[in-house]
Amino acid sequence: MLQSEHDLMRCEIETLVEKLGRERSSLMPILHEMQRKYGYIPSFAMQVIADELGIHPVEVYSVTSFYAFLKDVPGGKFTIRVCNTISCDMAGKDRVARQLEAELGIKFGQTTPDGRFSLEYTACMGMCDQGPALLVNDIVFTRVTPELVHQILEECRGHFGIYAIQEEVH
Amino acid sequence: MITSHVGPLTYEKVDVDKALKAALNKSRSEVIGTVSSSGLKGRGGAGFPTGVKWNLCAAAQNEHKFLVCNADEGEPGTFKDRILLTDYAKLVFAGMVIGGYAIGATKGLIYLRGEYQYLRAQLEEILEALREDKLLGFNILGKDDFSFDIEIRMGAGAYVCGEETALIESLEGHRGEPRNRPPYPVDTGFLGQPTAVNNVETLAWVTTIFDKGAEWFKGQGTEKSPGLKIFSVSGDCKQPGVYELPFGVSVADLLKTVGGEDAKAVQIGGASGHCIPAKDFGRKIGFEDIATGGSVIVFGPQRDLLEVAINFMEFFSDESCGQCTPCRDGCPVILKGLEAFKRGECSIAHLHELRRLGETMQLASKCGLGQSAANAFLSITEHFADEVLGRNQSNGFKE
Repeated sequence: MLQSEHDLMRCEIETLVEKLGRERSSLMPILHEMQRKYGYIPSFAMQVIADELGIHPVEVYSVTSFYAFLKDVPGGKFTIRVCNTISCDMAGKDRVARQLEAELGIKFGQTTPDGRFSLEYTACMGMCDQGPALLVNDIVFTRVTPELVHQILEECRGHFGIYAIQEEVH
Repeated sequence: MITSHVGPLTYEKVDVDKALKAALNKSRSEVIGTVSSSGLKGRGGAGFPTGVKWNLCAAAQNEHKFLVCNADEGEPGTFKDRILLTDYAKLVFAGMVIGGYAIGATKGLIYLRGEYQYLRAQLEEILEALREDKLLGFNILGKDDFSFDIEIRMGAGAYVCGEETALIESLEGHRGEPRNRPPYPVDTGFLGQPTAVNNVETLAWVTTIFDKGAEWFKGQGTEKSPGLKIFSVSGDCKQPGVYELPFGVSVADLLKTVGGEDAKAVQIGGASGHCIPAKDFGRKIGFEDIATGGSVIVFGPQRDLLEVAINFMEFFSDESCGQCTPCRDGCPVILKGLEAFKRGECSIAHLHELRRLGETMQLASKCGLGQSAANAFLSITEHFADEVLGRNQSNGFKE
């Protein structure tokens, strides 16, 4: 039988709810899993999660929109978050940020048209003694220089194309 | 590769198994008694006595109680909890077991900030090893009346969730908006049950106290701020990193330790803390003078403190949860004012107005975030007014 994408997503959410518990306090863990898998929380998923947990979908939306790491619109496969708080700022985060923009051809807050990279700023991420720091999805890079930016992006690009590194994109 | 400089720490020599056994062989009230007599105060910054918190929680008669470890280390300039969770996680978990035992909780939760997702796999492994050693799970160390397990919950990039009631809201699956206090979490916390929320470092010290003794702990630091403190040092100094120093240490001595003697100012307590000018470097760090969660950001002679104030205000404008008006609307107004100062377009009368707004925010905001959002702005404009005033756009504060 043919299954639509929506049917698959519904199944997936039902499995998640079974695993994590059918209660309101499971909402964040469920949203984390969906965010990891899809790169954002589709509105269809919000509706299904709400049905499963017995809450209104706007509750799911309100939680999604509150947290910086949960998205309601698709982001890039790799979300690059540059720390813009004081210690990283003093360590030269501006030049790293400019270089990222130059390499990717987008501004902060944007996603590349091919859907591979998003650029964002983030608040202090606890790497203050070794700034400038940035996160690529879950992976932390510290003491980043403008020159290192190219290397980091190349490492990410290794996940795409016919010679892609065969491992899961986080 | 994340390699922080870490000064010598007491934690290196703590025998975790011995401490845990020593604690669990005591009665619940004896455990709380030991923590109270050590004088341990919460290491997150607020400095509430841990013994008192646990006592309040233990006194509640509810069937379910929770112990929450606050690992949502979001204060700018703080990274000690990252070091503790990377190198001394067992020490922290043991502290949670001791706390859970003391208050009569059956479940512990670690609220780990989203930025530390990369630590999660490693922490889960340590928890699994503890379960295998019977130090976690059903009837810990063969005690019939004590079962306790720990679950890791992830945050998702919200600074305000470091505030304990916002953290609980987030754990419950809501927006991280702080609650009114009272009722306090020790009374009505996670799922409406009594909940003790403790900082990572506090729990690590609990384990240490049961290895080295309450007297040893109390013998360090000052009368009002007993014990040692872990400091996270960053900014313009020769050796940024993590340092263990006794409470009561002066700012000058701390700067000497980290190689930042030429600093013109130091931000203590992160974005929500205060900017201490060089003339006040004789002041002491502790709950009686400069209270802090351990964030120390050093500003060298070349730093433009107006830029620093702007950076902090941008931070608060982003991180305000938007629930109460003084904080939600106050932060952007002060930020706009600071940007006008940078362009040299701001009168002293306007500065006074902004300072009054900052003071209003301190009084009228609902939670600790809003109450402290204006601290940095107020201390920088108080001590460094000549850097803020009379600028022009082209040359900043430099002549």
